Amino acid sequence: MEWQTFAHEADVGVRGSGLTLADAFAGAATAMTSVICDPGRIADSEAVTIECAAPDVELLLVDWLNALIYEMATRRMLFSRFAVDIDGHHLTATAWGEPIDISRHQPAAEVKGASYCELAVGRQADGRWLAQCVVDV
Amino acid sequence: MDISRLKRRGNYEWELPVAGRMRVPGVIFASRELLEAMDEKVAEQVANVASLPGIVAASYAMPDAHWGYGFPIGGVAAFDPEDGGVVSAGGVGFDISCGVRTLRTGLTLADVAAHKARLADVLFARIPAGVGSTGSIRLDARNMEAMLKGGARWAVQAGYGSAADLEHIEEHGRVAGADPACVSELARRRQRDELGTLGSGNHYLEVQAVNEIFDSAAAHAYGLAAGDVVVSIHCGSRGLGHQIGTDYLREMVVAAPAAGIALPDRELACAPIRSELGQRYLGAMRAAINCALANRQILTHLAREAFAEVFPGVGLPLLYDVSHNTCKEELHLVAGRKRRLFVHRKGATRAFGPGHAELPREFAAVGQPVLIGGSMGTASYILAGAAGTGERAFGSACHGAGRAMSRHEATRRWNGRTLIDDLAARGILIRSPSWRGVAEEAPLAYKDVGAVVDASGHAGLAGKVARLAPLVCIKG
Repeated sequence: MEWQTFAHEADVGVRGSGLTLADAFAGAATAMTSVICDPGRIADSEAVTIECAAPDVELLLVDWLNALIYEMATRRMLFSRFAVDIDGHHLTATAWGEPIDISRHQPAAEVKGASYCELAVGRQADGRWLAQCVVDV
Repeated sequence: MDISRLKRRGNYEWELPVAGRMRVPGVIFASRELLEAMDEKVAEQVANVASLPGIVAASYAMPDAHWGYGFPIGGVAAFDPEDGGVVSAGGVGFDISCGVRTLRTGLTLADVAAHKARLADVLFARIPAGVGSTGSIRLDARNMEAMLKGGARWAVQAGYGSAADLEHIEEHGRVAGADPACVSELARRRQRDELGTLGSGNHYLEVQAVNEIFDSAAAHAYGLAAGDVVVSIHCGSRGLGHQIGTDYLREMVVAAPAAGIALPDRELACAPIRSELGQRYLGAMRAAINCALANRQILTHLAREAFAEVFPGVGLPLLYDVSHNTCKEELHLVAGRKRRLFVHRKGATRAFGPGHAELPREFAAVGQPVLIGGSMGTASYILAGAAGTGERAFGSACHGAGRAMSRHEATRRWNGRTLIDDLAARGILIRSPSWRGVAEEAPLAYKDVGAVVDASGHAGLAGKVARLAPLVCIKG
């Protein structure tokens, strides 16, 4: 699983890739965490389960990231590790993280929502899966 | 941006002619320099908005326009329900009614100079700022309903501020037509701890000094003079607005094909105004506007408490409060006919000109205050809505400088701690829970706000009244 952010003029793009669609979704989630703070600073001491379903895999990516945004906002947590399972257009996942510690995590910006801008999910020419979109900060 | 395909209407007004699926032309208000510096995506997004059903007159972009999602940031578009017009959750965005309000303090630069560090510390202690911060107010279900319907009026009734504040807020502090029943449980849950919080990113509370007056009549009407100290607060509807944006974007994306709407970009998710979904979104989005107005009102109360601690007896009357990300039902004269339109402003400010019925009596002769945010080290501006702007861009103007580079690039170039020290050496005190957050918001990561406000004036949207220099910035 690999992840990166990509430039957008007002906000930030998040991108994950991997051997499976689930890996790419986990990578996109890690990239989204990196928008807030260094994922390496977040302990994986608490687990939260997430489930979502959508009409297609692109909407499923947006739903997955928005579910994480909701959990981060309401639990005041940050997540650093993700186990994702995707069956068709249905996702179940576990996200591991810990409560926000402002002085230790130094969170730079909260993510308000995952958008449909630059949204792409699919298999690349090299066979690897890619999942990306722009998130609003 | 390649400007060869644009038709020049004037020195500061450029037309993107109708092509492809566009129903109306695009119009970009900018100097040639600002226009050339804009991303190609701005023109693409202006054209996409121009293709939406029921759009009236043109798809507009303000001088600070930049690549957004769906609409450009700085995009303005009005839709007529009589012509199958739409309301777009993407056209409002996640941070519903994010906006700026400015308070006068009655203090001068000389009064504040010796107490600046203490003021910064007291403000930082009292204003919840940054990711994960929580407010002290918990609303039960009944009070949540009342807040969503009542906005800043609810906040004043709850003891945060005075009735005089309400006359200096768009729609007198409460937008009509909010329907809490259209707000999901998720959105309410997300707001539970966030009322009275500043947020993060580009949100801030700044103590500023008026360092130049450009229009003395308007400055007099606004109660401003050179050397005056003011406070500006930039924030929005917090988690409730973000979740309403999320909920309805999703629903509109899925429902668009059945409504016969072909979206050129899924982020332009919209629904006919005269549809059950469109009406539900309007009810929820207006509740989020009220939430933002209540939030800024509570932050105002906290700022007043902080000032009273440092400067006993001082009052902070509200100059004005403007919202940036909204869809508002307004009457506009189009080709000689008065029409009831749904005006989307995405990263754009309502800027009604002199004589508009919505304005407080004391601003009637000079136009609405238009509050333009800065970026810690640079200036902020107060403009006045220009005469005739109603016919130019449905009474709208720019909202800020706009980013010049990505957050990633900003953190590559600047270190937050060094930046704070450099700004302190220039007399600007920053208080923030996150150094990285400060680096991402480095002043030079933003465009030249002076060029943007000059273009706004030359384009006849809003003219300069006063420039504000930062003294203290509480950064989320």
